[in-house]
Amino acid sequence: MSEMKKIKNLKEFSTSADRFEGANLLCPGCAHSIIVREVLNATNDDLILGASTGCLEVCTAVYPYTSWDASWIHIGFENSSTAVAGAEAMYKALKTKGRLKQPDRNPKFVAFGGDGASYDIGFQWISGCMERNHNMMYVVLDNEVYANTGGQRSSSTPIGSSATTSPAGSVSYGEKQNKKDMMGIMAAHHIPYAAQVAPNKWKDMVKKIQTGMNTEGATFINAVSPCTTEWKFDPKDTMKLADLSTDSLVFPLYEIINGRELNITYRPKNVVPVEEYLAAQGRFKHLFKDEYKYLIKEWQERVDANWAYLNRREEARV
Amino acid sequence: MVFDKMELREVEVWDGNFAAAQALRQAQVDVVSAYPITPSTPIVEGYAKFKADNYVEGEFVMVESEHAAMSGCIGAAAAGGRVATATSSQGLALMSETLYQASGMRLPIVLNMVNRALAAPLNVNGDHSDMYMVRDSGWIQFDAFNPQEVYDLNLIAFRVSEDHSVRTPAIVNQDGFMTSHTAQGVRPLTDDEAYGFVGAYKPMNDMLDFEHPVTHGVQTEEDWHFEHKARQHNDMMTYVVPKIEETFEAFEKLTGRKYNRVEKYDMEDADVAVVCMGTSVETAREVAKEMREKGIKAGVVGIRVLRPFPFAEISETLKGVKAVAALDRSAPGGAAGMLFNEIAGSLINADTKVILSGYIYGLGGRDLTKAHLVDLFNELQANADAGKILTKQQQFIGVRGPKLAYL
Repeated sequence: MSEMKKIKNLKEFSTSADRFEGANLLCPGCAHSIIVREVLNATNDDLILGASTGCLEVCTAVYPYTSWDASWIHIGFENSSTAVAGAEAMYKALKTKGRLKQPDRNPKFVAFGGDGASYDIGFQWISGCMERNHNMMYVVLDNEVYANTGGQRSSSTPIGSSATTSPAGSVSYGEKQNKKDMMGIMAAHHIPYAAQVAPNKWKDMVKKIQTGMNTEGATFINAVSPCTTEWKFDPKDTMKLADLSTDSLVFPLYEIINGRELNITYRPKNVVPVEEYLAAQGRFKHLFKDEYKYLIKEWQERVDANWAYLNRREEARV
Repeated sequence: MVFDKMELREVEVWDGNFAAAQALRQAQVDVVSAYPITPSTPIVEGYAKFKADNYVEGEFVMVESEHAAMSGCIGAAAAGGRVATATSSQGLALMSETLYQASGMRLPIVLNMVNRALAAPLNVNGDHSDMYMVRDSGWIQFDAFNPQEVYDLNLIAFRVSEDHSVRTPAIVNQDGFMTSHTAQGVRPLTDDEAYGFVGAYKPMNDMLDFEHPVTHGVQTEEDWHFEHKARQHNDMMTYVVPKIEETFEAFEKLTGRKYNRVEKYDMEDADVAVVCMGTSVETAREVAKEMREKGIKAGVVGIRVLRPFPFAEISETLKGVKAVAALDRSAPGGAAGMLFNEIAGSLINADTKVILSGYIYGLGGRDLTKAHLVDLFNELQANADAGKILTKQQQFIGVRGPKLAYL
């Protein structure tokens, strides 16, 4: 195990060795780049990175340029997890055979994917990597939509969101299905560590990333990534949206150890009504029509029920 | 824990699958990432047992699908080491997206493809549908006609694929069941000789060199994509062909076994010839010999290297022949067979009057009998005597019902 990087304050954190260049094509206000920097800056160790096809990939590795100052691989939409798992297997093999060029290093293996790449098309690949317990971290950049291709619904898209393949219209309130509980599913693999994080709660994020990176075996991180383009908010408000998501408990921050022990890691002092979270985004605009207001009420009930469930899990330690 | 070497007899009795597993063991592959599928399963089973018995030092990752198998191979190869896998048929079809990615990313990987029909209807037996499906995927494709050749071509494939001027993945084909499950005498090299021939892996653009980070699998659009693909083709035509020739020569020096991109049998003075692949080559040779006894100057051309396709060699080999049949073991789906097309392409601007006809045979493991081939050679002789094609250009042989002929 390598030495844990000490991080004192945000200024030091934001200016620490940066292996993800600001030179990229992501939208102004995109949370992806903030999350990726927070993940990468959590460690001084060498990194072997992977990304699925998606916003992060198409915006950071357009030939002949790259935004990555660490080794990075992209294959396709569904398999960043397995690409990194393959590299991790090679690391093990070369370590056994004494053929590593820098044998004293302690690399971390991290794969990124959007929610489409993770909740949908790459679901099986991630499950395989978790089940085999590769010594790697998988990070979902969860913006609840296929943003790279223009806003189609994924199985992470929440009820009532207007997406291009589940649009709101005169007889539709948009997406009909509830968001998939990816954290629950991943934890059910009984991996050593799974956690939900948000870019605004950077201390919580760094702690979880460092815990994950220093855990032997497969770890899973779900990061809420407010999407200025598809959630439809002003690019300057990314962190405001992140705050609303965590403080309304729509995205509760917690961790699950060995698939059993659940710890809530952030309890907002003032819980914000879900309505405020929804009202801040154009994708939910239609819910504020009279005929759909019952959906806002249902949203609040669902979030409350989930929060109660997480609290019961934490207390029960099962 | 130091891995053990294996003492082998001068002649072992191996089927094609076990021959492949032994070659992977001797090549000291660093990562095998695989998923089982009939009829290639015994390759990874054999390898798993070698690993369990301490004959393999590398990693063996048994993943959850063929797509993941090749995805893992790509990640492992990009990390910088020797990589191999095996598959067949539906598995190859599921994996096919990643084959294009592996070759486009210029990663050396050896894939043992145990040829099997593609569903529907579901069928586990041998034909060349899978081989044909990925013919344009940018992989080098070798074809073995028997277990000895499976073993030899695996060792050859690593050495070619991993060469820094090549850096292109390679498939070693063998016929499902007919080769993969038929035990024959195989003369292996010793572990040291085999590894010495393949050589130590020399990394290039390896992700695990932390002092030199690399970006693998970039995006290009209309600005660069064409140049990348053109370069891939250029390297196939320019660098891969001589590297294969050179490696075949080195292998002959070591073993006395001579491989050629086009395997000719009695072609020096042949009037009629069949061109085919896999186990059919050996059957055709036997029949050709018998036809010679009956006064028909018959020859056989086996395609040893399907990609890069040996256009010039085919054109040269068939120059003086009067009538040639292309035998395609894959459903043509509304077109001529692939070999028919490639051979036609090789001959069209050549100075030859050869008459070319195509035959579809053996789908889903249907036998190609000696009687079929006798009829076929007689048909070719009739074409040769008449100086023109007397049948339709495309015929099906060995299929029940009325005779099928098209084109």
